[in-house]
Amino acid sequence: MTHSGSSLPDLPNSTSTSGPMSEIRSPPPDRVLEIVLENVLHFLTCRRDRNAASLVCRSWYRAEALTRSDLFIGNCYAVSPHRATSRFRRVKSLTVKGKPRFADFDLLPLNWGANFSPWGSALADSYPWLEKLHLKRMSLTDDDLDLIARSFPSFKELVLVCCEGFGIAGIASIAANCRLLRVLDLVESVVEVADEDEEVMDWISCFPEGETHLESLMFECVDCPVNFEALEGLVARSPFLKKLRLNRFVSIPQLYRLMHRAPQLTHIGTGSFCASDDVAVGDQEPDYASAFAACKSLVCLSGFRDILPDYLPAIYPACANLTSLNLSYADVNADQLKPVILQCHKLQTLWVLDSICDEGLQAVAATCKDLRELRVFPVNTREEVEGPVSEVGLEVISQGCRKLQSILFFCQRMTNAAVIAMSKNCPDLVVFRLCIIGRYRPDPETQEPMDDGFGAIVMNCKKLTRLAVSGLLTDQAFRYIGMYGKLVRTLSVAFAGDSDQGLKYVLEGCPNLQKLEIRDSPFGDAALRSGLHHFYNMRFLWMSSCKLTRQACQEIARTLPHLALEVIDSQEDKADDHIEILYMYRSLDRPRNDAPKCVTILQ
Amino acid sequence: MMDESRRRMGGRRRSHHKFSEERELELRLGPPGEEQEQQEEQEEDCWSHQHNENKGERNSDDSDQSPLSLGYFSAQRIYNFQPKASSFLQNMSMVGKESKDATSSQPCRSEVMEFHNGAVCAEKKPLSSPSSANTAAPNNSSQKRSAAGPVVGWPPIRSFRKNNASGSTSKPPLGSHHHNQQQHHHHHLNLNNVEDKVANTTNKELVNNISGTPNKGMFIKINMDGIPIGRKVDINAYDSYDKLSSVVDHLFRDLLSAQRRNSCGAGTVQKQKQEEEEKTMILDGSGEYTLIYEDNEGDKMLVGDVPWHMFVSTVKRLRVLKKSDLAALSLGGKQGHINH
Repeated sequence: MTHSGSSLPDLPNSTSTSGPMSEIRSPPPDRVLEIVLENVLHFLTCRRDRNAASLVCRSWYRAEALTRSDLFIGNCYAVSPHRATSRFRRVKSLTVKGKPRFADFDLLPLNWGANFSPWGSALADSYPWLEKLHLKRMSLTDDDLDLIARSFPSFKELVLVCCEGFGIAGIASIAANCRLLRVLDLVESVVEVADEDEEVMDWISCFPEGETHLESLMFECVDCPVNFEALEGLVARSPFLKKLRLNRFVSIPQLYRLMHRAPQLTHIGTGSFCASDDVAVGDQEPDYASAFAACKSLVCLSGFRDILPDYLPAIYPACANLTSLNLSYADVNADQLKPVILQCHKLQTLWVLDSICDEGLQAVAATCKDLRELRVFPVNTREEVEGPVSEVGLEVISQGCRKLQSILFFCQRMTNAAVIAMSKNCPDLVVFRLCIIGRYRPDPETQEPMDDGFGAIVMNCKKLTRLAVSGLLTDQAFRYIGMYGKLVRTLSVAFAGDSDQGLKYVLEGCPNLQKLEIRDSPFGDAALRSGLHHFYNMRFLWMSSCKLTRQACQEIARTLPHLALEVIDSQEDKADDHIEILYMYRSLDRPRNDAPKCVTILQ
Repeated sequence: MMDESRRRMGGRRRSHHKFSEERELELRLGPPGEEQEQQEEQEEDCWSHQHNENKGERNSDDSDQSPLSLGYFSAQRIYNFQPKASSFLQNMSMVGKESKDATSSQPCRSEVMEFHNGAVCAEKKPLSSPSSANTAAPNNSSQKRSAAGPVVGWPPIRSFRKNNASGSTSKPPLGSHHHNQQQHHHHHLNLNNVEDKVANTTNKELVNNISGTPNKGMFIKINMDGIPIGRKVDINAYDSYDKLSSVVDHLFRDLLSAQRRNSCGAGTVQKQKQEEEEKTMILDGSGEYTLIYEDNEGDKMLVGDVPWHMFVSTVKRLRVLKKSDLAALSLGGKQGHINH
């Protein structure tokens, strides 16, 4: 069915394909167009463009399938590994995403699925030339990592985001066996580490001797001590290393040494950013600022996991060039932040804790005129009446940072006025995620629901593709979203809405909706049915603690055969038919067979 | 795996009511909780279907009502409890604007308390929401909502982030801080008898606790027989065994659900009771599984033996076990623990 991928394929009825001389003869006329097409398609990198090209006709479909080298699987259960590897024969780089996002917040049972193993074996069989693997929210074991390490001699990049199930042994195998490794990024993953009293495997020492190809090494989430001597040696023999993100077991004096070893670093995760335990009182400490001055290409700083704010001034030399600063683990107040932030004129990305208060946000707004992304995380996650950041901070940010594109803001109180102001001041907003921690909170000034604020966002921010809502919201908010949120692709809803009508507005009004996650909202069967026309266009729908019944889900499963409806419930034989969690996604293949007992897949 | 070398007598388990008594006797700055309970009974506009259900479970949350535990407040803002008899919506507007005597008795603090620390009502499982939403009048939005206590997965913040936020502005002034910190490190290194290999979690936790961080997350591992992937739970996020039990239930619901099906009553059992049973299944001994923990001295103990705050300060890891396995393993009780 498919060609081998070379420019001159073997035709079944060809008479002149023996020996090297046949390569020189021009191809048959009906193949010319395909060859041209394949060569042209090589330049097509965007997967949406490729998807479109593949729909033109069969030969374009084939050509596109042969030339796609970057494969993106948005939902690991949407297609089987076999289907993917059968269609795309020359994949060098693969991205697979597994669990839905609400798994991050413990809403999904631990052993729900998203196991990498079936993909691993399929890849090992079909793509021995594989170079890059990027996994998000997948469950993979040490054996899986070992398989990756041993199956792909050209392997260059491993990026694991929000993954789990593996431990140090797996990482060590990657380090030891992937000789051409350039990127090893372990981000926000849960890594099984030894207990405090057990021996910790020294994975850093598993990297081979001699110069490495390492360009990026991120192990912030590997929560166990590392052999610093080995790490220093590794950094010293990695001349291409640009990105280094350390875990909290690396102290600031150790960071100092590493930075002097690798002044070419552009991205640094600073580790603990405090002194190690065995520094005695009165010890002479090195001039940490000199390290930051030495790294003249530094543009991105993160880490600060156990920061001693006294040390923060050490980063001053780097501030003027910083485009990205992540202080979201650093409990610093406004006074500690200001001297730093007032120097960060080029900052585009800032992640902070709300410990900086509205006052700190004021300083950000005053200086960071180029800010594109802001995330403000809460120190205290309990529902309070007041908090350190509020509508005041949001409003000053909107006034100072007009180029803002993405915001994630946790707070205890927010007004419609501030949100409306942001919608007008920041027309470039693509991502607006506001989390008022207290559920069902109205506008504290007017006692109104937060409908108008979010309505203004969808109305005025014409580029908006991602929205997360909170606070007291009626169906009206969803009416606005349905009316104006025409580009919205991802919508997160929690504790909001009055009736089925709310969800209906969204499902009927948002043609680009792909990811919808809803929890604890009064949307029921009628609302779900209103999306039948659209569900095949979506990557997934998540509804937990809503008003759905199993019967309605069953009907939908029968109506739309390529839809997998996973009902996750901990009870059977209940008095009513209501279900706890519905996770629904389109799928070309048979329902998965690796689901735990609490998951029922309706078909 | 379990350390079989430590064998202790099983401990007697206290009832949950004892916890609430102890809580109420603790020194608090806020008004006592009992008045509030009575007030809530009288509240009409409470979306009180869930409210009334929660009443009975309110036990160990009262101490959280003191202003000290509320986290961040700038000097100008003084937390107050607003004595308004009107609807909660009005209450919300008043709170934070006036400063009043926090200890004056309040006729109608109930709604305020709902949002206060989020810890007033015992945690409601998401399972209960569909039923409450069903019974509510669809047109009146405020009635069917209950801002109950801490809810699983809310706010939507990943657990490692909660773990690492160190959570307090109560650090000493800049000049003296560095040396004091060093001294603390040394001091507690010796006390703890921790081997000097590497900086480890226990050390850091201890140091961080010294600097007075009431809201710092403290993560401990929890494993269950039969499930290879463990989890970490933030012990500081809960303030009662009920809530811990509920979270454990969520995490391991697949295996726990099987035994829940067996031990739950027939359809005549009311929803509330059912939920209570589910929640406390793992702790009250009626199910097939039970929860044990390992404390800071390596002893295995039955969860629920000691007061919550003592449990929090000594727990090092948790394990969900089949009760049949438990019989073979004698655990430390209060008696045994003191005697070493």
